[in-house]
Amino acid sequence: MNKKSTNNDAVTIRFSGDSGDGMQLTGGQFSDNTAIFGYDLNTLPDFPAEIRAPAGSLFGVSSFQLQFGSRKIFTAGDELDVLVAMNPAALKVHLSDLKEHGLLIINTDNFTPKNLKLAKYDENPLDNDQLDKKYRVIRVGMTKLVMTKLEDSDLTSKEKARSANMFALGLLYWLYERDTETTINFLNKKFKSKQLIAEGNIKALKSGYYYGETIEVIKTTYRVDKAKYPPGKYRNIMGNQALALGLLAASHNNDIDLFYAGYPITPASDILHYLANYKSFGVKTFQAEDEIAGITSAIGAAFTGNLAVTASSGPGIALKGEAIGLATITELPIVIINIQRGGPSTGLPTKTEQSDLLQAMYGRNGECPCVIVAASCPSDCFNMAYEASRIALEHMIPVILLSDGYIANGSEPWKFPSVKDLLKFNLNYVNKGDEFSPYNRDKKTLARQWAIPGNKSYEHRIGGLEKDDGTGNVSYDADNHHKMTLKRQEKVDIISNFIPDVEVYGPSSGKLLVIGWGGTYGSIRSAITKAHHEDLSVSQIHLNYINPFPRNLGEIVLKFDKILIPELNMGQLLSIIRSKYLVDAKGYNSIKGKPFSSNDILQTIKTHLKD
Amino acid sequence: MSNTEQLTKKDFTSDQDVRWCPGCGDYAILAQVQKVFPTLGIPKENMVVVSGIGCSSRFPYYMNTYGFHSIHGRAPAIASGIKLSNPDLSVWVVTGDGDAMSIGGNHFIHVLRRNIDMNILLFNNRIYGLTKGQYSPTSEIGKVTKSTPMGSLDYPFNPPALAFGASATFIARTIDRELKHMGSMVEESSKHIGTSFLEIYQNCNIFNDGAFSNLTDKAIKSDNVIVLEENMPMLFGKEKDEGLILEGTQFRVVTLGKDYSESDILIHNPEDRNLGLILSEMTYNEDLPVPIGIFYKENKPTYDFMMTDQINRAKNKAVDLQSIIEGPNPWNVK
Repeated sequence: MNKKSTNNDAVTIRFSGDSGDGMQLTGGQFSDNTAIFGYDLNTLPDFPAEIRAPAGSLFGVSSFQLQFGSRKIFTAGDELDVLVAMNPAALKVHLSDLKEHGLLIINTDNFTPKNLKLAKYDENPLDNDQLDKKYRVIRVGMTKLVMTKLEDSDLTSKEKARSANMFALGLLYWLYERDTETTINFLNKKFKSKQLIAEGNIKALKSGYYYGETIEVIKTTYRVDKAKYPPGKYRNIMGNQALALGLLAASHNNDIDLFYAGYPITPASDILHYLANYKSFGVKTFQAEDEIAGITSAIGAAFTGNLAVTASSGPGIALKGEAIGLATITELPIVIINIQRGGPSTGLPTKTEQSDLLQAMYGRNGECPCVIVAASCPSDCFNMAYEASRIALEHMIPVILLSDGYIANGSEPWKFPSVKDLLKFNLNYVNKGDEFSPYNRDKKTLARQWAIPGNKSYEHRIGGLEKDDGTGNVSYDADNHHKMTLKRQEKVDIISNFIPDVEVYGPSSGKLLVIGWGGTYGSIRSAITKAHHEDLSVSQIHLNYINPFPRNLGEIVLKFDKILIPELNMGQLLSIIRSKYLVDAKGYNSIKGKPFSSNDILQTIKTHLKD
Repeated sequence: MSNTEQLTKKDFTSDQDVRWCPGCGDYAILAQVQKVFPTLGIPKENMVVVSGIGCSSRFPYYMNTYGFHSIHGRAPAIASGIKLSNPDLSVWVVTGDGDAMSIGGNHFIHVLRRNIDMNILLFNNRIYGLTKGQYSPTSEIGKVTKSTPMGSLDYPFNPPALAFGASATFIARTIDRELKHMGSMVEESSKHIGTSFLEIYQNCNIFNDGAFSNLTDKAIKSDNVIVLEENMPMLFGKEKDEGLILEGTQFRVVTLGKDYSESDILIHNPEDRNLGLILSEMTYNEDLPVPIGIFYKENKPTYDFMMTDQINRAKNKAVDLQSIIEGPNPWNVK
């Protein structure tokens, strides 16, 4: 054996193959293993919108990327250190992202004439040494090796061939000096009732691991030092999972039942899946007949005193618009979650984008301001779901929580909180003996009293027609409508007194301030960190609260000569900041359905610093 | 159930002025509902009336219960959220033919399919009143209105048949002018566990006056309406001398006397689904009378009952929240 270890501070790996090749599972397993072994990491799953795109086709390629390392990892990485390509189409789609001298691991068995043709290769790229000139190539006939290993198994040939992904995973485990135990446990659990399949996969996994050890072709193993974390208890978590837990914690910690209603839509459906498993906490999940029933049933639940939540993606939020107006005028607490994806229309369902901010801000009829908060990374989805619930309930107001496909499906280590340390909410239930009128308001928050059906002597009617302030009776009075419109805006604005100030990362004043929001936090922070390493003077703020903005935002923006706002849209936060603070902020925009490259942001920062 | 005996119509009357056009059929319905509600044995604070948009949907404002006047077509969905949040509530949806059959058609069929325990009162006047007189999805084909100067081209929905198609577990019809019958139908709706669907033929005296005059005019109504009563022969007519018999799969009207006696007449069994289906098909059949009463009723577990049951079963296996937050593979950093 000729094995030597080199230390790198971060490594980016991409598993790619046909959508039937199990790349998401493989990547997920590698991520969990990576987290348990104590690295920081960030992941980027990327799969076709078609559930089963034609096998071997270019648009049927599915991939899973992760970056892990000993330092804080903010993104899933830009250039690849390692590319696993399970078929010609995957090689064709992803090769350009592999670094020069990067490691290229290929399953040669899938390089059949038919697959080459589907991938639009005129000749087999494995037939010459062009690849070897640029990359370090490992050619393995994974499928045949696995078939041979499983010769005596009663599995069908198709089932045997399908475990080639576990071979690839085993090979990577060996490469990064990992233990296969976590995946063996996982497989035994997943295929509890299908022992044959579990055995087959475990054998394939081990074959890959031993293959790495045995074959001399692999000369270098990369070992990555463990990240330095603050002490505490950690777990690996995905954004949508964290979001569901945040809602659950908000409900459980404040003794208020959680009612969640939604219609299945990518990439938000997982929230429904997670919450449906928390029935033991009294969580009620309702798979509605359409997006509109999703939000309106939630509004019914809010009227009935629940923590009411609905989630969707942009197209579904568009359908919910009228009902968001109803929740606004009836001043009921509801959390509306938008896991953003590429648009317009059906757009890019499985890709990420930040292009629904202005929809959240303005996408309704009439003057209809809503509170907007945004999560910045997978684990932050927990905090912001908790915060969205708090604001909705304490202020009796609809809150829109923006996440996106990238952080929803991405995962990272999370130093999870202790439930008992989480903030308790001040709920607005009308108390026995209180003088009641449906639109009586709290002096500080302007929240109206919450009288819930079932409570005697508080019977009242609310609805979508304009309300008389105080009584809540229908009112067509001109001055009242003017007053109520201003009041609904004031209810939103006043919330800036109940949210934290934003913190500046880097110098508190200077030449350049980079402002971001939502899921781009990692890419921007990574670029800023690199810039600081190069002694560049640049600062960052990242907004979790967008409507209203934190109170101190206005002062901060005036302390910098220039403002740069990178967004995965055409400049939506940019237009809000420009109009609100009258500053000449500049945008940096990318609408490609994928996260920013932090190097690109760094280059843009440099350009702005030079001018 | 305390103190419910003393409730009166007055308890269910809100302080708001009723704004329907004078002569509107809605007044009679409101009066009957306010009369029946105190007799149902349900505490007032447990009653919620939900509506969408349209003339009928102003209803909740006039009822001194919990109420929600929502957006067009969505009342069944809002009511679903209310009932599922608190299954102890008595939930009533008030809707119209445009609200329930057109813009809210999807919610209407899905709430029936799920059999959530609530009551739907459909005020069917076969016209759009609030928007001043366009034809509705229950208007007869050829209806001349402002939006259809040469006559409407769409075939109308048949609401009870639509409810059957959606697997409703209680389907009934009444008429705004038949006060006593309406009262008893509201009561039966309330008693039914599951979604009850009550269609109420209601006269819009401004935009579709007389739409049901053949069913309400004293001189002719008994020849045109058949009142369905459980375990009773299906007789109608001023002298109760006309009845329905079954020929193959079709109803035929026969006259009692020489050829037929009461024993030949079909007995109404509201638990017979096939019978209910052909009764619902009588709606637009000009050779047959129009049925009112309970077409069909069925006992079937409700969505809210089954949901509560699942939650109770899950609670037996409760895990603590902190351990769920920790997940299966937490690790310590020292």
